[in-house]
Amino acid sequence: MTEKRTYGIIAEFEDSQTLLQAVREVRDAGYIHFDAHSPFPIHGMDEAMGERRSPLGWIVGGLGLLGCGGALLLQWWTSAVDYPLVVGGKPFFSLPAFIPITFELTILLAAFGAVFGMLFLNQLPKFYHPLFYADRFEQVTDGGFFLSIEARDDRFDAGQTQAFLEKTGSSYSEIIYEHTSESEEEEKPEEGDRA
Amino acid sequence: MSNTSTTNDTLITGDQTYHSVTEAISKVTERDTPKLWYLIFSLTFFLALMFAGSIGYLFFEGTGIWGLQIPVGWGWAITNFVFWVGIGHAGTLISAILLLFRQRRRTSINRFAEAMTIFAVICALIFPGIHVGRPWVIYWVFPYPNQMGVWPNFRSPLLWDFFAVGTYFTVSLLFWYVGMVPDLAMLRDRAKRRLRKLVYGIFSLGWRNSHKNWKHYELSVLILAGLATPLVLSVHSVVSFDFAVGIIPGWHSTIFPPYFVAGAIFSGFAMVMTLAVIARKVYGMEDFITINHLEKMNIIILVTGSMVAYSYVMELFVAWYSGNQYEQFIAMARMTGPYAWAYWTMIICNVLVPQIFWVKKLRRSIPVMFVASILINVGMWFERFVIVVSSLAQDYLPSSWDYFAPTFWDVIMLIGSFGLFLSLFVLFLRWLPMIAAFEVKGILPQSESH
Repeated sequence: MTEKRTYGIIAEFEDSQTLLQAVREVRDAGYIHFDAHSPFPIHGMDEAMGERRSPLGWIVGGLGLLGCGGALLLQWWTSAVDYPLVVGGKPFFSLPAFIPITFELTILLAAFGAVFGMLFLNQLPKFYHPLFYADRFEQVTDGGFFLSIEARDDRFDAGQTQAFLEKTGSSYSEIIYEHTSESEEEEKPEEGDRA
Repeated sequence: MSNTSTTNDTLITGDQTYHSVTEAISKVTERDTPKLWYLIFSLTFFLALMFAGSIGYLFFEGTGIWGLQIPVGWGWAITNFVFWVGIGHAGTLISAILLLFRQRRRTSINRFAEAMTIFAVICALIFPGIHVGRPWVIYWVFPYPNQMGVWPNFRSPLLWDFFAVGTYFTVSLLFWYVGMVPDLAMLRDRAKRRLRKLVYGIFSLGWRNSHKNWKHYELSVLILAGLATPLVLSVHSVVSFDFAVGIIPGWHSTIFPPYFVAGAIFSGFAMVMTLAVIARKVYGMEDFITINHLEKMNIIILVTGSMVAYSYVMELFVAWYSGNQYEQFIAMARMTGPYAWAYWTMIICNVLVPQIFWVKKLRRSIPVMFVASILINVGMWFERFVIVVSSLAQDYLPSSWDYFAPTFWDVIMLIGSFGLFLSLFVLFLRWLPMIAAFEVKGILPQSESH
């Protein structure tokens, strides 16, 4: 049987305040690849994690402009170039009459940007994730507050990191393994340490 | 109207914990289907099937099965279209505009109201679709290169309408779905059976409540709200252009866009009220959709109802002040002519009924608001009927005047569209989280992290 790769450690916290505090300590300790998980977005978490502002606005703005320009181009080319037709005595390129569709397509593409851009930045959909194999992780959509530190972080050391998380006030922690197809027969990693 | 943390305790009642919120919202979708649900669904589904059957007959026989006859070429189908699009507006208003105004009490009703939007817009899209005469070539409205070498007429309000309502539906659907992903993940994590886990698992996209994800997610929702707000104002404006750009007396008026938007929000809130009053009772959601929520909605109904009343007065004033005898005639004809019964039904339901909400006691009385919300929607349907039919029936040439009378099929299709709307809504209540659980958790007093 192949050796299991460690994904990282997950630790559970009592409530949003202790999680927020723990996140600050983890960041101050120099960890980079960590994440917080909570039933709802916690106010102030981005600053605590040292996260930069989401670049989503640029995607939305870009696609919005594309929608706007594309709609104008479409209406100009079809009405004034490809098949010019006099309708109601208006000029071939009758801008005021073209505003509604230009507006709607701007909104439509910008909204696509907001949704699909968000999914792209979050790398979703993603149906496999090692965290889903953590024992208590399904609590996260109910009332659980978690902090995960990934093994790829330079400062990660299974024993030390776990001890550190306990010190920050975690009530439970567990080492998470990657689940490759070979290791799938076993439901749970045998050394799922409990603190 | 404050959004500080001190008002938190009044938003949700009943000493909720995170878990109790999860339970209350999830268990509706998890328990065995109640007998009552089957009863209601079979009734509404029967009506929806009737709708489908009558559409089949319409395709077979043509639009002559309706009471349409020149000069009234737009009858109930277009009335129903405007009515249903209008219903949708409240959902977007609650989810988008109140989000931008940081009205945190919206979290209890937004999911619900957005679902209503989607289903109402589905009903709305059907009517112009089946009204075109040759519905099998409805795809001609798309600007695609074709062997005929022609393009759609982009100067036509009917084409604007297609783009506006199509965009509205798409954006509303995306907004609703994105808002639901964390709650679908909640249902996934609670699922016991494999099929259930699989289905909710697929639709929740592997969401894991990560803060690296919440960061983009929250911005995405905020941007969608920012996009949906001008969109919702534009949609009913564009719908009103279908009329206002035409030169029919009683239609050709610059007041139409704001007048339609106010009416849409008014009727939409009334529909949210009707559904919310029933659903909170049946599903025991009184702690989430509190009497305070309902009262706030009644205030919005009062405000928008008064705006609608102002529009009615303004319409008459403009008709008189224009000095145009056709405009003056149609204004008088609506009040005293063959459609006076419809006009006065509209006035009673839309102008007088909402005024009862000046009284706090009536504003907080469930039976009163329930009856009022239904009357308002009756009134708003008649408003569209008056606009569409009375103007067409008596335009410039008296020799072409006619009186529109609906046929059996007109009535069946209106009832059938309610069947479709309610069927979808009942399915939504059964299988999806009707209240945004993660947002409600975020406004519980214990969620404050300072």
